Amino acid sequence: MIALLKRDLALALRSGGGFGLSLAFFLIVVMFVPFGIGPDSATLAKIAPGILWIGALLACLLSLDRIFQLDYEDGSLELLATSPLPLEAIVAMKALAHWMTTGLPLALAAPVLGFLLSLPSGAYMWIFLSLLIGTPALSFLGTFGAAITVGLKRGGLLLSLLVLPLYIPTLIFGAQSVTLVTQGTSNSTAFLILAALSLFSLALIPFAAAYALKVNLR
Amino acid sequence: MRLTDKVLPWSAWLAGIMMVTGLFWGFFLTPDDYKQGSTVKIIFLHVPAAMMAINIWGMMLVTSLVWLIRRHHVSALAAKAAAPIGITMTLIALFTGAIWGQPMWGTYWAWDPRLTSFMILFVFYLGYIALWAAIEDNDTAADLTSILCLVGSVFALLSRYAVNFWNQGLHQGASLSLDKGQSIDDAFRTPLFISLGGFTLFFIALVLLRTRTEIRARRMSALIARERLA
Repeated sequence: MIALLKRDLALALRSGGGFGLSLAFFLIVVMFVPFGIGPDSATLAKIAPGILWIGALLACLLSLDRIFQLDYEDGSLELLATSPLPLEAIVAMKALAHWMTTGLPLALAAPVLGFLLSLPSGAYMWIFLSLLIGTPALSFLGTFGAAITVGLKRGGLLLSLLVLPLYIPTLIFGAQSVTLVTQGTSNSTAFLILAALSLFSLALIPFAAAYALKVNLR
Repeated sequence: MRLTDKVLPWSAWLAGIMMVTGLFWGFFLTPDDYKQGSTVKIIFLHVPAAMMAINIWGMMLVTSLVWLIRRHHVSALAAKAAAPIGITMTLIALFTGAIWGQPMWGTYWAWDPRLTSFMILFVFYLGYIALWAAIEDNDTAADLTSILCLVGSVFALLSRYAVNFWNQGLHQGASLSLDKGQSIDDAFRTPLFISLGGFTLFFIALVLLRTRTEIRARRMSALIARERLA
């Protein structure tokens, strides 16, 4: 399992792709918001938590189709499926690798980008924490979508159509857990539900994703 | 097939009669509401459509489970046949709601939890239908859409409560329920129930018709494949 995780991490870091790309995408999305809305810092501060969450979510979406696609094309996914590891564990490791190369860097970058959007000072820690806790849900749900669309020729667009609706609760509670802090109220409910969503998808989604993979490898 | 041969015309005719009665009664024979005027009459379309939109997703969930557990082919086809009807009902509910919302709330659309949930339901239907359309092999498509329906149901439900947390609502609570006292006058209630029954039968008739079409299409492609082999 650890070997698989290491292999996926090495592939993501080396093969000139996913890792830097989603961070750059995140930066560009955040940079575009002032162009669209105007540079007024009071307005920007108000919408900053939502923008950061939506930007991170879209950046996460960008690298989803790489989770299984390359392994599916060169046949190593079938080798993995016949290995002694249960497919659920393989899926979980893949999702974990995706999170470590996408969710974690995004969470680290978010406070810096929050500075660009003049995020209120108390919220920096919370944007980092909420993304740290919330992005595992995004990665696991995304892995499920990737597992469903892996056999399709042009699965990319369909993948976003399938996955984005599943992201709605995570987005709501993630953005709320930051926004409530900027409004000076307690965010513990939103934050705890966000953590619950992550744990829930971490525990159950691998089974659904592994089932979809089995169907696609049939 | 033989059973549906008999049931289909009955349910279709009954659906037609009940929908016409319910809607005609609702639109022309009920009094105007003292506050809402004649706009209240749109509930005879809005409420049944909204109820069907939710129930059809529920029916798809059940048939998906039946397919995953018992591998009953008709079950998967019924889910496939139901989805476009469900999305149409969702659209009808959204549009009639918007038409009613303009004079009553002063706006066609507000980010109210109930309205937002319906928008979300609409997106879930879209993804489900798109997945059916994208996969060529029938059994693969049935498997993948069923598992999507299961996961989607969980997250649609989560979204429904998430939006409650996210915004306060304009939409009234439930007027029709089994355990609470009566909050709607009989003059409106009777035609509303007739209309509801009509919509349900209409859905049953449509779903039977569409499933039969799917079964015949499946048989035809099997025959064509056999001809090619021979």
